[in-house]
Amino acid sequence: MEKSIRKYWPVFVLPTMVAFTIGFIWPFIWGIYLSFCKFQTLKKVKIVGFENYLQVFQDASFVHSFWFSALFTIVSTILINVLAFAIALVLTKGIKGTNIFRTIFFMPNLIGGIVLGYIWQSLLNGLLYKFGMPLLSLSMAEGFWGLIILMGWQQIGYMMIIYIAGLQNVSPELVEAAKIDGATNWQVLKNVKIPMVMPSITICSFLTLTNSFKLFDQNLSLTNGEPAKSTQMLAMNIYETYYARSGAQWKGIGQAKAVVFFLVVVVIALIQLRATRSKEVQA
Amino acid sequence: MDKQKKMSAKAAKSSTIATVVFAILSVLWVYPIIMILFNSLKKENAISTGRIFELPIGEAFNGIQNFVYGVTQMDFLSSFWYSLVITVSSVFLIILCCSMCAWYICRVNTLMSKIVYYLCIFSMVVPFQMVMFTLSKTADSLKLNNPYTICIIYLGFGAGLAVFMFTGFMKSIPLEIEEAAMIDGCNPMQIFFKVIMPITKPTTISTVILETMWVWNDYLLPTLVLDIKKYRTIPMDIQYFRGSYGSVQMGPMMACILLTVLPIIIVYLCAQKYILEGVVAGAVKG
Repeated sequence: MEKSIRKYWPVFVLPTMVAFTIGFIWPFIWGIYLSFCKFQTLKKVKIVGFENYLQVFQDASFVHSFWFSALFTIVSTILINVLAFAIALVLTKGIKGTNIFRTIFFMPNLIGGIVLGYIWQSLLNGLLYKFGMPLLSLSMAEGFWGLIILMGWQQIGYMMIIYIAGLQNVSPELVEAAKIDGATNWQVLKNVKIPMVMPSITICSFLTLTNSFKLFDQNLSLTNGEPAKSTQMLAMNIYETYYARSGAQWKGIGQAKAVVFFLVVVVIALIQLRATRSKEVQA
Repeated sequence: MDKQKKMSAKAAKSSTIATVVFAILSVLWVYPIIMILFNSLKKENAISTGRIFELPIGEAFNGIQNFVYGVTQMDFLSSFWYSLVITVSSVFLIILCCSMCAWYICRVNTLMSKIVYYLCIFSMVVPFQMVMFTLSKTADSLKLNNPYTICIIYLGFGAGLAVFMFTGFMKSIPLEIEEAAMIDGCNPMQIFFKVIMPITKPTTISTVILETMWVWNDYLLPTLVLDIKKYRTIPMDIQYFRGSYGSVQMGPMMACILLTVLPIIIVYLCAQKYILEGVVAGAVKG
């Protein structure tokens, strides 16, 4: 069996592997190499060692965007997961209209980041104007909360769907047994439901964490980094370093920033998975 | 007895309250899209920041002018066509190639297939910014920089998730089915297309949904790979006209945003059962 399949490898694995090499492996390796180089066009590439990496941490805009992204990620991850879980709890109680609500809350997720950003830019600016406050592009705090609202609107529905599926898998007998033993609603939630949906919590917090940290489209369309790059997140800072700054050194530094960014994403993902996986239980 | 009645009455009351609260919340939830609809029907001077919440009635009403203007001026139809071509070809290629690759990884137990599998998982964590410059250069030099060949780039960069999802499911298919087919005289190609693919249908649907959501809405990859003067997908088109400084005409812009959102909502409402199930299945495996 295995032998006869193995003979067919040019059909089964080769196309994917060729595309994977073109689309991922080669650009990845080349990218790491270029992070050690100074270059503007690819005709003149000079190896400069770790200089780019030293420059990365001296670039104030990068450090700022790092903390901005980190704060944004923490706030949005907590907010989205708490709200999505709360909505999922209500929608698994069997209230009237559950299906319609589920459909509506999920919908924004299908709309692309660029379009979402412009929809909310108009809406939020309209609201801010009504209350006599400065527009989005003039205030960093407003830009931050604008991004949080936008991200929440897009992601809460998605996470809610996953939490609903998780909650539906909690066996009613378990809840019943806890109630007979005299557990209050809060105790049932804390000691039965949350431990039982821990796998869903792992997935959802992983998704929101990485999505928030890697955010680009929404950032570009909602605030475009305004005012004065202060709402620029990491992904956008890298993009801007690459394509909007003049000077021979910036492309190499941009690539070094990208490598740092990649390493941070990997570390966050590993820590998060380890932290929540350890809390998962078997029933 | 009386106590029980009181309890259920209380439960019914709280359930009604929940329904009312959620109904209000739902209206707020769809309001941004309704606002776009209203504004796409208004005259230019009625879309200014101060008047954005006004209804399209009276002198503000502009009929379908904005739609006509937006579609012709922004070249919306050709953007729609490019988005469609890229999405359909990429998703088709991803499904076909990655499901085959995943089956090979599951059934052939060599170091090579292990390496391929872990590389795919690894690629899911890597942010696009890491490869954006080198990927666009590679695409340029290999002439993969037009809407008809960009699907190979998408196959490469999107393979991780698809291979991961397919292997997750195919591991659980019992070997006996395939062995029976082999004894009946099928070669591996026939086994794959006649036996494995039909069983894998639920995973295929999930993967199609997740990959379509990604490719259709993707902005940065096509921007860097395609020549923006010649080919623009819908997200590129919106950003091209809205993001460029200078006088942006908001009416046609709103019309185009609505035209972008509307087909997505229609498809979603028709296929929501599959989409919601697909998302759950995809997440649980991921």
